[in-house]
Amino acid sequence: MNFDFSDDLKELREQARKFLRERCPTAAVRRVLEGPEPYDQRLWDEIAAMGWTGAAIPEAYGGAGLGHLGLCVLAEELGAALAPVPFSSSVYLASEAIITAGSEAQKRAWLPRLAAGAVIGTLALAEGAGKADARRLRTSFRNGVLSGEKLPVPDGDVADLAIVVAHGERGTVLALVDLKAAAGISRTPVETIDPTRSHARIAFTDTPAEALGAAGAGEALLRRIQDRAAVLFAFEQVGGAQRSLEMARDYALERYGFGRPIGSFQAIKHKLADVYVATELARSNAYYGAWALARNAHELPIAAAAARVSANEAFFLAAKENIQVHGGMGYTWEFDCHLYYRRAKLLSLVLGSSRLWKDRLITELETANAPP
Amino acid sequence: MDFDDTPEEARFRAGARAFLEQHATRRAPGSGLVYRAGNGNPEFRERAKAWQAKKADAGYAGITWPKEWGGRGGAAIEQVIYDQEEAKFAVPRGLFDIGLGMCIPTLCTWGTQAHRDRYARKALRGEEVWCQLFSEPAAGSDLAGLRTRAERDGDHWVINGQKIWTSGAHYCDFGVLVTRSDFAAPKHKGLTYFFLDMKSAGIDIRSIKQISGQSHFNEVFFTDVRIPDSQRLGKPGEGWKVSLTTLMNERYTIGGRTSVGVEDVFELARRIELDDGPALKNAAVRAKLADWYVSSQGLKYAHFRTMTALSRGETPGPQASIGKLVNGSKLQNIAAFAMDLMEQGGALTDPELVPLAAVFQQTLMTSPSARIAGGSDEIMRNIIAERVLGLPPDVRVDKELPFHALPTGKAKGRP
Repeated sequence: MNFDFSDDLKELREQARKFLRERCPTAAVRRVLEGPEPYDQRLWDEIAAMGWTGAAIPEAYGGAGLGHLGLCVLAEELGAALAPVPFSSSVYLASEAIITAGSEAQKRAWLPRLAAGAVIGTLALAEGAGKADARRLRTSFRNGVLSGEKLPVPDGDVADLAIVVAHGERGTVLALVDLKAAAGISRTPVETIDPTRSHARIAFTDTPAEALGAAGAGEALLRRIQDRAAVLFAFEQVGGAQRSLEMARDYALERYGFGRPIGSFQAIKHKLADVYVATELARSNAYYGAWALARNAHELPIAAAAARVSANEAFFLAAKENIQVHGGMGYTWEFDCHLYYRRAKLLSLVLGSSRLWKDRLITELETANAPP
Repeated sequence: MDFDDTPEEARFRAGARAFLEQHATRRAPGSGLVYRAGNGNPEFRERAKAWQAKKADAGYAGITWPKEWGGRGGAAIEQVIYDQEEAKFAVPRGLFDIGLGMCIPTLCTWGTQAHRDRYARKALRGEEVWCQLFSEPAAGSDLAGLRTRAERDGDHWVINGQKIWTSGAHYCDFGVLVTRSDFAAPKHKGLTYFFLDMKSAGIDIRSIKQISGQSHFNEVFFTDVRIPDSQRLGKPGEGWKVSLTTLMNERYTIGGRTSVGVEDVFELARRIELDDGPALKNAAVRAKLADWYVSSQGLKYAHFRTMTALSRGETPGPQASIGKLVNGSKLQNIAAFAMDLMEQGGALTDPELVPLAAVFQQTLMTSPSARIAGGSDEIMRNIIAERVLGLPPDVRVDKELPFHALPTGKAKGRP
């Protein structure tokens, strides 16, 4: 039994943690929160230079070839640091989409630049409030042109490349759009609950685009991409949950009330024990997701859904109880608790809610015809 | 990252499997729940003893015990591997868990070589069964508040008082006992630890009727029971320290399923019809099933992480105990939810009348104990908060005062 990351990857995790502690303290996150910049460009350039953006991209396409286990390790640290960079959109969504569904030409055209961080990619799915599924999507992709409006698109204001989910002649289709070069694109930044990660409204009017993946396979490909991304997001969420727990623990040790550290009260201890349990369950589910992702195992849909649901719940629980343990101070702009609270909710929405993934999990268990 | 054995582990597993194939029969797949309630049945105990002797002679009992105790001197991961393999076979389980898991390791740690020679091997072969006499009606989570009295009388001690929740007291040969020998000392400093012959004069054993209607435990009353001083473990007043050895010897076992799980409620949801079709198609039911599945899987993989630590020869910390905390409530919630699916008929307890042989109805009434026995949910949360997260212990009013000066409430135990 060796259900753990290798020593090399643990070493990578330590390096990542050290680097981010130095380069991405919460002060850096706040600069993006409060300033005009959509993301931390310098941080992005540095992590790209270290090869993180190409961690799971094969070396043949300019990646670091660290594999998905390496990417999971990095995701956990980026999540813990709340890194204000378009990493998840570009790496977990766009790059994974092209690795999963791209033609050889598309891989050659885009992966080396995505790996180098020279272009930023994203996935455009939602069209306002409500579930974005094939029956409700209004964006269309026919005869090589794309029309419709996507809202919100993560990092849509800064992306160079978008994989757009649309309906085509044969059902759901994925369209690859060069956002910098193509005509008929209008982008507007939009405010979200988490301004440390920018979002946009993108309108397409007869925008030239190319299909990603075979016609008629859009639905299945989208699921595949989401399953892969769910595992990677889960590691970010576990990182965020762990950091929220540590913040709450540290505060409970230092804050005195009624003549003693508040961490000595069972009301606080039991709350934090529950957060610890949720975080460990999420971490364990994420590990299994990592195994399934790295092996491309047929268990991936089930492992990804379990990782997703577990991580959604752990991070939100940890973030909201972190505010609670901080009391009134946790509700101030000045304390960092809200940064985690915002990110926790954002990440629980970006790939679809827990409600949706729970349903997906049960569907997988039913069709796998395997008793859980 | 993989789930594979190391070459040494694989060799050990192959050996264990060969032993089991030769001496036991495989359980039929899906043969369902493995109840451990058989301990009360003399015929079951005879089979359990015979099996234990075979295991011991082949070197599969006391796998992690040092050779000086008569054990195999093996690694913790080997115990886990053996348990995994044994769980696939229909063998009598559970009779020796407390004796071999807690009592004998304490005896061997604190006793003399003569004690080890006399008791360890016989216990290992199942010839003598041991029980644990710790909890009292007024001392459960606060074990150090116990008040069973030990008074010195020459080269003997005289014991008076009452213990509770003692599994197997009526069929056990020996027991480990923690008593209060000094009521004037602070509570943790006035305890003394012994082992004793359960057939000693003055011991009265009465079974407890649980809320489930079953009786798996006993009360044990001591009236002027005499124990030779040679059966004292640790010095007088050192009983708390010795007790901690007993409590720390929890084993990392995974046995057969002993309670309902998410697969049972999944199966029920296939069978129950709601307005819009099978319950399994109902959105609210699906959300619940998913929650339980996700937490079960989380525990499963957390356990694999613990095994990985064992496999490397590391000692897993108290984080390994989250399973108990998660499972207790889950059992209770699954049972209640499954009964809701049966609507008014869910109140029935006849296995002939309700789905899955009334397993949910039984679980409703047995699951409260899963949140109390072996460390209550509240104690488990304290352990996680203090030992894992490093939060300070609660402010105590009972650590320095003489024991007899501590306030006591009216609720001392049985009405």
